[in-house]
Amino acid sequence: MTDTSNYIEGLTGSWEIVMGLEIHAQVVSNSKLFSGAPTEFGAEQNTQVSLVDAALPGMLPVINEKCVEQAVRTGLGLKAQVNLRSVFDRKNYFYPDLPQGYQISQFKDPIIGEGLVEIDLPDGSTKDVRIERLHLEQDAGKSLHDQHPSMSFVDLNRSGVALMEIVSMPDMRCAEEAQAYVKKIRAILRYLGTCDGNMEQGSMRADVNVSVRRPGEELGTRCEIKNVNSIRFIGQAIEYEARRQVEVIEDGGTITQETRLFDSKAGVTRSMRSKEEAHDYRYFPDPDLLPLVFTQEYVDAIAATLPELPDDKKARFVSDYGLSIYDAGVLVSEKVRAEFFEDVAKGRDAKMASNWVTGDFFGALNKAGLTIETSPVNAKQLGELIDLIKDDTISGRIAKDVFEIMFETGDDPAKIVDEKGLRQVTDLSAIEAAIDEVMAANPDKVQQAIEKPKMVGWFVGQVMKATSGKANPQAVNKLLAAKFPPSAED
Amino acid sequence: MTELTKLNLAEARDKLVAKEITAQELTQAYVSAIEAARPLNAYVLETADKAIEMAKASDARLQKGEGGALEGVPLGIKDLFCTKDVRTTACSHILDGYVPAYESTVTANLWADGAVLLGKLNNDEFAMGSSNETSYEGAVVNPWRREGDDTQLVPGGSSGGSSAAVAAEIALATTATDTGGSIRQPAAFTGTVGLKPTYGRCSRWGVVAFASSLDQPGPITRTVRDAAVMLKSMAGFDPKDTTSVDAPVPDYETALTGDIRGLKVGIPKEYRVDGMAAEIDSLWQQGIDWLKQAGAEIVDVSLPHTKYALPAYYIVAPAEASSNLARYDGVRYGLRVDGENISDMYEQTRAAGFGDEVKRRVMVGTYVLSAGYYDAYYIKAQKVRTLIAQDFAQAYEKCDVLLTPTTPTPAFGIGEKLDDPLSMYLNDVFTVPANLAGLPGISVPAGLSANGLPLGLQLIGKTFDEETLLRAAGVLEEAAAFTAAPEAWWRA
Repeated sequence: MTDTSNYIEGLTGSWEIVMGLEIHAQVVSNSKLFSGAPTEFGAEQNTQVSLVDAALPGMLPVINEKCVEQAVRTGLGLKAQVNLRSVFDRKNYFYPDLPQGYQISQFKDPIIGEGLVEIDLPDGSTKDVRIERLHLEQDAGKSLHDQHPSMSFVDLNRSGVALMEIVSMPDMRCAEEAQAYVKKIRAILRYLGTCDGNMEQGSMRADVNVSVRRPGEELGTRCEIKNVNSIRFIGQAIEYEARRQVEVIEDGGTITQETRLFDSKAGVTRSMRSKEEAHDYRYFPDPDLLPLVFTQEYVDAIAATLPELPDDKKARFVSDYGLSIYDAGVLVSEKVRAEFFEDVAKGRDAKMASNWVTGDFFGALNKAGLTIETSPVNAKQLGELIDLIKDDTISGRIAKDVFEIMFETGDDPAKIVDEKGLRQVTDLSAIEAAIDEVMAANPDKVQQAIEKPKMVGWFVGQVMKATSGKANPQAVNKLLAAKFPPSAED
Repeated sequence: MTELTKLNLAEARDKLVAKEITAQELTQAYVSAIEAARPLNAYVLETADKAIEMAKASDARLQKGEGGALEGVPLGIKDLFCTKDVRTTACSHILDGYVPAYESTVTANLWADGAVLLGKLNNDEFAMGSSNETSYEGAVVNPWRREGDDTQLVPGGSSGGSSAAVAAEIALATTATDTGGSIRQPAAFTGTVGLKPTYGRCSRWGVVAFASSLDQPGPITRTVRDAAVMLKSMAGFDPKDTTSVDAPVPDYETALTGDIRGLKVGIPKEYRVDGMAAEIDSLWQQGIDWLKQAGAEIVDVSLPHTKYALPAYYIVAPAEASSNLARYDGVRYGLRVDGENISDMYEQTRAAGFGDEVKRRVMVGTYVLSAGYYDAYYIKAQKVRTLIAQDFAQAYEKCDVLLTPTTPTPAFGIGEKLDDPLSMYLNDVFTVPANLAGLPGISVPAGLSANGLPLGLQLIGKTFDEETLLRAAGVLEEAAAFTAAPEAWWRA
C-alpha cells in the first residue's frame, strides 16, 4: 500500500521526496587510521600530527587494526555483509587541509557491503532502510579562516582520523524518516562503541541526497546537501530543499545535479558546485597498501563480542519488563538511557522504574538542558526513591517533591526525607486526630459530607494539607470512609 | 690516499676489522677524493664533518672489537633517501631546503651497522629519468669517456650520482633506488654492479616516493660481493612499510660459492630487440658462454608479453607518481610561490618547483587516471603487468635465473636524448619487466664497447632468491674479469 501522507502538495499536484544519506562517523580509536598519532578531540592545534599525517616525503601509511575491527563491528551491527577482502583507494584532490593531496578511502571494494536498519518513526511504527555499503577512509584536517586577516591556517589534528562512511539506499521519503534513520544509526554506533555520535563536535556528520518525483514515477535528479551536523538541521535542510526543487520544477525549470550547503542561520540550502565543476577524483588502488584481507574466524570472534543492540533490547524490555513498545523505544533509543533504566529497574517494579525514568527524570533533564552523563541524580538514587515509595516511607506525591530536591541538590532521597521530615504518617491514631481536628473546625463541611458523600474528597485534601502531605493517603481514605458511611440509598 | 680508495668494500671492511687501517683515514681519503671530483657533480651535498665524526665513532667501536657489519665504511646516499638533519630534496626545486627530522629505514640500517655518511648523491628529479639530466642540481658527468673523445657522457639514471660515485671511487658503495631500471642501467653505464632487490626486500619508508608499487632501494657497488654485503645491511622487514616482506635476511655473502654447476639459466628470446647494437648482442652471447663454461645449463625461454612492458610501465609509474607528488603543494614545506588565491599558489608553486620531465609524467599520470580513460589505460596496464608476471612465473618453471643485456646501448652524450623522451624511455626496455613483476635483478660489468665504454649484463632472479642471483652474478663477474677503469680526468 502506498503511503501518501508524506507527499508535498505543490501547485500542480503531489510530489514525493526521495532521500538517501551518507553518514560520516568518526571511528572510536586511540590512534588514526594509518598513523600512530592520537585522536583526542579538542587538543591544541597541530599537536596530534605524525609524520604520516603531515604527508612528509617518504612517509607510508600503516593500517590501524583497531579501526578495521571497529568497521567490522559496525558492519555486523548493521546486519551487513562483511567483505573478507577490501581495497584502499586514493581519492585525489588538492586542498590545504588534505596534506597528501589525496584521501585514502575505499571505492570499488569496501570493507562492508549491503545491510539493513530498522528505523523507529514518531508514530511508533518502524520501517526498514537498506544500507548500500560502509567503507573506511581518512578524515581531513581543518582550515581555519578566522585567525589572520589575509591568511588561512590549517590544523592537522583531525587529518588521518578514521571515518566510516555509511551509505544508505534511497529509501527515505520524508524528513522524519531521515531524522529517525540518523538517530538509529547513531544509537547503533553508540551501542557498539564504534563512534561517539557527537554531531556537535563533528564526529558524526551527514550528507543528504534529496530528489523529488511524481508519485510512482522515475527518480528525479538529486542534489547532495553536504555536511549537515545536527538532526534538527537535517530536517530543516530536507524540508527546504524539497520545497525548492518542487518550486523549480513547477516553474518550468529543471533540477541540475549539484552539491549544496545548508546555511543553518538562514535555514536555506545554497549551491556549492555543479556537476560540471565536480572533481575528477582519479580513484586508483593505493599502491602503498596491500588489499585488506581477514578471515571469517576473525569476523566471528568480533561477532561474539557484540553487545545487545537497540532492537533486541527493545524486544526484551517489552517481554521481560512488560513495558509498552513506546516506552521501550524511548528507553533504548540511547545506550545510556537503557543502561540507566536497567540500573533503576534492577530488583524493582520495572513499570514504576520506567515511569519515573521516562517521566520525571527525562522531563527534568530536558528542562535543565542536561544529559544522563551530567545529571545530578544517578540511577542508584532514583532507585532508592522508588524504594521509599514502595515501602510506604513516602507517598508518590511526596516523592515528586523529594525528586525535585534531589535534582537541585544531588542529595540522596533518604537524607532529604529525614532532614525535611517528610516521612509518611502511617500511625492511624495520629491521622485520626488530624481528621477529628479538621472535622471540628469545619462543622458545615461535615454536614455537607454527610448529605453528599462525594464531599469526603474535600476532607482528604484538608487532612493531607494538615499533615503537610505526609499522611498515608490510603489510611486517610479508609478512616474517612468510616466517619462518613455511604448512605443507604447509594 | 689513492691506495685507500682503491680498496673495494669487502677489502676495506676486512682491513678495518684487522685494524690495518682506520675509519678516519679511509673516510679522509674519500673526503679528499670527493673534493677533487666536483666536476662530476655526483654529490649534491658533501657532509665531510659529519663523515669524520661518524668515522671517529666507528674507530672507537672497532678498537673495542664492537664494530657492525659496515663499521667505518664510507657511503654515498642517493638524495631520494631522507637523512635526519641532512638536507634531502630528491634533487627537485620544490623541496628546496627540506631537512628531514627522520631517517629512512634503509639508511638507518646502514648507520646501525656502522657505515659512514659521505654526502648526498645527485639523481634525476624525483628519480624520473634515465640520464640524471633532469636533476635540479644539474647533470652528473659519467667518469667514463669514449676512447679518444672528450664528449661528456651521462652516467645513466636515475641513480646517476650513485653510479658515477662508485665508478670514480668517491664512495666505497652507494645507495640507489630502482623503479624501472634506475639502479641497473646506471651501473651498466659506469662499469659498476647494481642490484635491485625483490620488491619488498628493502623498506621504502623514508625514501621519497616516485612510483610506490615499483620503487625498490638497492646498492651500487664495485663488486658482486660488495653488493651482497650492502644488501644484507639494507634489507629487512619494516613494520612502517606494509609492502615490505617479513622474511629472514640471509647472509648473502655466503651465497657466493662460485659454483653454478647445474644452474639453469634462461635466455628470453624476446630480449633480442630491433636496433640493438651488435656488440650488445655479442656480449650477451659471451655471457651465455661464460655461464655454460662454469657448468650452468642454458635454457631458451619465452617472455611473450615483454614488448608491452615499457608502455605498461609508462602508464603505471606516472599514474602513481601523479598522486605521490600531489603532496608537494607549497603548503607545509619546501618551495612556495605566493599566488592570488590557493589555486594560484598551487599552480605557481608546482610550475616553478617541478622540472619538465616531472611535469610530463604528472600530466601523463593524471590523464591515464582520469574518468573515461582509467579503464583503457590504467586497468589495461595493470592487466599487462599481471601477464608479465605470469610470463616470468612460467619461465621460472624451466630455469633459475635469466640472463639478458642490461641496456640496448652504452652511455650516451649529455644532451643527446633530452629532447626525445621516447628514445630516452627505451633505455629501460630490458630493466622495466623485473620492476613490473617485482623480481630481483642485477647488472654486472661484462665488457667494453668498441669505443671503450662499459657494458653490463643483467641477471633476473626469482622472487626473494637474491642468493642464487648473486651466486650467478659472482660467476659472471669472475669470468668477465672486468678490470677497466676510467681515467681520472676530473682531477684537476
